[in-house]
Amino acid sequence: MSNAMADFLVLDRLGKSFGANRVLRDLSLVAGRGEVLALLGPSGSGKTTALRLIAGFEKPDPAPGGGGRILVEGEDVTAHPPARRNFGMVFQHYALFPHLSVGENVAFGLEARKLDRGQVSRRVAEALALVDLPGFAARRVGEISGGQQQRVALARALAPEPRVLLLDEPLSNLDPALRERTRRELERAIRRVGITTLLVTHEQEEAFDLGDRVAVLQGGELHQVGSPEELYERPATRFVAGFVGRASGLAGTFEPGPAAGMVRLAAGGGVALWPGVPAEELAPGETVELVVRPEALVLTSPGSSGAVAGTVQGRRYAGSVTYYRVSLDGGPTQEIQEVQEIQEAHEVQEIEVAAGVRAAAPGERVGVALAAVPAPPARIFRRGPPGGGPA
Amino acid sequence: MKLRAFRSRADATDAVLTWRAGGKVPPSVVPLALAFVLAWLVGYPLLLTLLEALRGAGGWTLRWFLAFFARQDEWLALWRSLWISLASVFLAAAVGVPLAFVLERTDFPGRRALASIAALPVALPPLVGVIAFLFLYGESGFVSHAVQALLRLDHAPWRLAGPGAILLVHTYSFYVYFYLFTRAGLARLDGALLEAAAALGAGRGRTLWRVTLPLLRPALVGGALLTLMTALASFSAPYLFGGGFRVMPTQILASKLNGEREMAQVETVMLALLALAGLWLLQRGGGADLAAGVRGIAPARHRMASPARRAAAAAVGYALALVLLLPHLVMVLISLVPARTWIAQAFPPVLDFANYAQLADRGHLRPVVNSLWMAAVSTAAALAIGFAAARAAAGRKSGRMGRLLETLVALPWAIPGTVFAVALATTFSVDAPWLGRFVLVGTPWILPLAYLVRSLPLTGRAALAGLRGLDPALEEAAAGLGAGRWRSLARVTLPLLRPALAAGAGLAFITALGDFVVSIVLYTFDTRPIAIEILSNLQLQDLGMSAVYGVLLMAGSTAAFFLWGREPARRGA
Repeated sequence: MSNAMADFLVLDRLGKSFGANRVLRDLSLVAGRGEVLALLGPSGSGKTTALRLIAGFEKPDPAPGGGGRILVEGEDVTAHPPARRNFGMVFQHYALFPHLSVGENVAFGLEARKLDRGQVSRRVAEALALVDLPGFAARRVGEISGGQQQRVALARALAPEPRVLLLDEPLSNLDPALRERTRRELERAIRRVGITTLLVTHEQEEAFDLGDRVAVLQGGELHQVGSPEELYERPATRFVAGFVGRASGLAGTFEPGPAAGMVRLAAGGGVALWPGVPAEELAPGETVELVVRPEALVLTSPGSSGAVAGTVQGRRYAGSVTYYRVSLDGGPTQEIQEVQEIQEAHEVQEIEVAAGVRAAAPGERVGVALAAVPAPPARIFRRGPPGGGPA
Repeated sequence: MKLRAFRSRADATDAVLTWRAGGKVPPSVVPLALAFVLAWLVGYPLLLTLLEALRGAGGWTLRWFLAFFARQDEWLALWRSLWISLASVFLAAAVGVPLAFVLERTDFPGRRALASIAALPVALPPLVGVIAFLFLYGESGFVSHAVQALLRLDHAPWRLAGPGAILLVHTYSFYVYFYLFTRAGLARLDGALLEAAAALGAGRGRTLWRVTLPLLRPALVGGALLTLMTALASFSAPYLFGGGFRVMPTQILASKLNGEREMAQVETVMLALLALAGLWLLQRGGGADLAAGVRGIAPARHRMASPARRAAAAAVGYALALVLLLPHLVMVLISLVPARTWIAQAFPPVLDFANYAQLADRGHLRPVVNSLWMAAVSTAAALAIGFAAARAAAGRKSGRMGRLLETLVALPWAIPGTVFAVALATTFSVDAPWLGRFVLVGTPWILPLAYLVRSLPLTGRAALAGLRGLDPALEEAAAGLGAGRWRSLARVTLPLLRPALAAGAGLAFITALGDFVVSIVLYTFDTRPIAIEILSNLQLQDLGMSAVYGVLLMAGSTAAFFLWGREPARRGA
C-alpha cells in the first residue's frame, strides 16, 4: 500500500461529547483509496457518532494540539457542511424521499450539482443498472421491497460520484434471508466502483465480510484496527477477544512451567498452556484471565493432567460443530461467566486424536484442556478493569 | 397478512358490536338504527331546508333561487365569503407556518413556554376573541388609545371595521390551525431525510422546497381545510365588525330577521354548497400522508450558538407572546372594571370584583348554568352516538353502511353552523310527528340538540381514529382470556380509547360552551347561553359584565382544553 493511498481519508483525533456524556474519544483512523473500512462495535460504542462526524452532521469537539480534524486527499473538510463534502451516505432506514419516485431519488444529488437533464437521466440509469434495478426509475419508493429500497439508497448515494461512501448499518433493516444476498450485491457494487468506504455495523460477520480492515470500538474508544484475521487471532484487548467471535474466560493465576506454563484456577486445578499462547511477559503469580475460543478447547477425561474437571451442563448441536456447556468444579471466580461454552469437533477422527475424548452427554463428568492443535490460539490477558490492554 | 388482519379486526368489532343487542338481535340492526338516527339529525334537516327553498304556495318553484341570483347583494355576500375565507387561509398560513418552523426547529430560552402560548387561540371561543379585539384595537380600545396618545392624534388612529378588521381577527384565531398542523408534521418528519438531502449536496433552501414542504403537504392541506371551513362559517367577526360588509352567514341572519324566510333558506343552501365545494377541492389536493409510518427520529433542533442571537430571539419571542396574550389579559382587566367608573381616563381608575359579585344574582348566573348543562348534555350524547357510530362504521359488515355512517357523522363539520341552525329551525318548528318533525324551537331542547349535531364530527371522528389505531389482537386476547363483551369493552377497549374519546369530548364541550353562531338563531330568553349574554351586555354598554362572561368562557374552555383536548392538538388531528 503506497503512502498516498494510505492517506486518502484521515480521521485525526476525533472526539465528541453530548453534554457530560463523552461518546467518542480521540479516534484516529486512516483509510486508503478504495479501501473498505468497517467500524465494528456494540451499541453505544461511538461508531455511529464517528460516522455522523465524518458525514458532517455533527461537529467534532476541538482537540488540543490541532486535532479533531477530518481530511480527504489532504484537504481539511472538518468545517465543511455535509452538502459540500461530496460524501455519499446510505442511512440505516435508507431515508428515501417518500414523495419522489425511485429515479427522482437517485437524481436528487445530481440535480443539486446542477447537471443538465441529459446527464442526469444518463447517470440515473447507470446508477440503477449498477445496483441491478434497471427500469425501476418510475416506480414509487413505497412500492418496492426492502432489499430494493436498500439498493436504491446505494444508487442514490453513488450517483453523484462521491469521494467517500458511508454506510450506516446498511443491512440491519433486512430479514436474515435477504441479508446474505444483499451483502453480496453491496460488496460487488462497492468493488466495481472502487470507492473508499466506511461501514458502521454491530455485526461481526458483516464487518469481516465487507471490510478490508475492521476497527473495533467500545465505549467511545478505538480498541484495535486490523484485518479480520488479526482481530480474531491476535485480539489486542480483552474486549476485542470477547466481542469478535465466541470466547470464554478462565480466571486464575499464571504459573510458569516447563513448557508454556499454566493457569492455576482459584477453585483448584489448572489449564496447561500450549506453547503458542504468548505468555512470556507475564510474571509468576500474576492474576490473569485465559480467554479461549471454543474450538481451542477439547474435552478429556476428568482426571487428566493439565485439564480442569467439570460437568457437562448442556449440548448444542450446530451442524458442523457441537457446543458443550461445561461448568467447572468449584466454579470459576465470580466475575467471569460461570458457564463455559466449548466447541467440540463433530468428526469422530478428531475426538480420537484428542486422546480419550468422546461425545459427552449432559451430566457427564469431563476434563477440559487446551487443544494441542496450532490453530486459533488462545490469548492471555492481565486482569484489570474492563477493556484493559493486551498482556 | 393483510387479509388476516382485516378478518381479525372485523371479528373483534363484530363481537363487540353485538353486545348492545345482547346477542339476540342480528348485529346489523344496530348500525341500521344508528344510521336512521343520524339521518334524522343530520341529513333530514338539510334536505328539508333545500325542499322548503324549492317550494312555493302552489307547489315546486325555482322562484326563490331566481330571486337570489337576481339580487346583487346576494352575489356580493357570496363573493365576499369566498375571498375573505381564501385571504384568511393565506394570512393564517403566513403567520402559523413560519411560527411552527421557528418553534419546532430552533432552540432558544423560553421556547417551550412560547410554544404553548402560541396554541392558546385554539381554546378561545370566537366571540370572546372578537370582543377582546374590540377592547384592544377598537376605537376606544387600549392599543388605539395608546397609539393616539403617542402620536398626539385628535381621533383614533384606525377604525376596527370592515374586511380588514375581520381578517385581523381571522388571522389571530386561525393561524393556530396551521401552527398546530405544521408543528405536528415537523415533529413527525424523519430527520434522516433532511440529512440525506444535505449529504446529497442540497442546501437549506433546496431541502426546504424539495423535501420538507412536499412532506408537509398533508399537514398544510389539513390546516388550509380547517381554516377555510372555519372562515366560511365564521359569524362573530363579520357580525360585530362587518357593518354593511355582509358575508353569507350574516346575510342569512339578516334575511331571517327581516322575515325573508325563503330567501334565508336559499342562502343557507348556497352557503352549504360553497362549503362542500371547498371541502371537495381541498381534499382532492391532499394526497397521501407519506410521512406516516416512517420510523425515523425527528430532526434535531437548531441551537443558536451566539448568546446575542439567542437573547434577540427570546426577546422577539416574548414580545410575540405578549401580543398573543393581550386578548386574554384585556378580557380579565375589563372584567374588573365596575360599571360606570371608567369614562375618559387612559387606564380604568377602579378595579375590583364587583362584576363577579353580580354572578350571585340568579338572572346573571342563568346563562352560565344554561351553557354548562347544555354543553354537558350535548357532549355526553354526542360521545355516545359518535362512539356507537364509529364502532359500527369500523365493523366487518359495515361496507356501504359504514361509509354512510362515517359521512353522516362528519357532515356537520363541513356545513357552517349558520346553515345547521337554519336547517334545525326549519325542521323543528313544525308539529308533524309522523314526518319526524316536532316543535322544539322555543323549548330548552333545541339548543342542546343543535350543539349535539355540531359536536358529532368531533366525538365520532376521534372515536373512529382511536378504533382504527387499536390493535384488534387486544380485543381478541381479551376474548381468548374469557372476557365477555361488556368486560372486554370496559377493561380493554374503553381504557385504550380514553385519550381519543376525551380529546373529542373536550373539543365538543368547548365548542358547545362558547357557541354563538347556532345560539343566536335558536335561543330563547330562558335558554340564553353565555355568548348571547356577552352580546346583550355589550349592547347595554355594560363592558365589565360582558368581560366577566368572556373570562368565564375562556377559563372553562382552557380548562377543558388542557384536561381533555390536548392530544389531538399535539398530534394535529
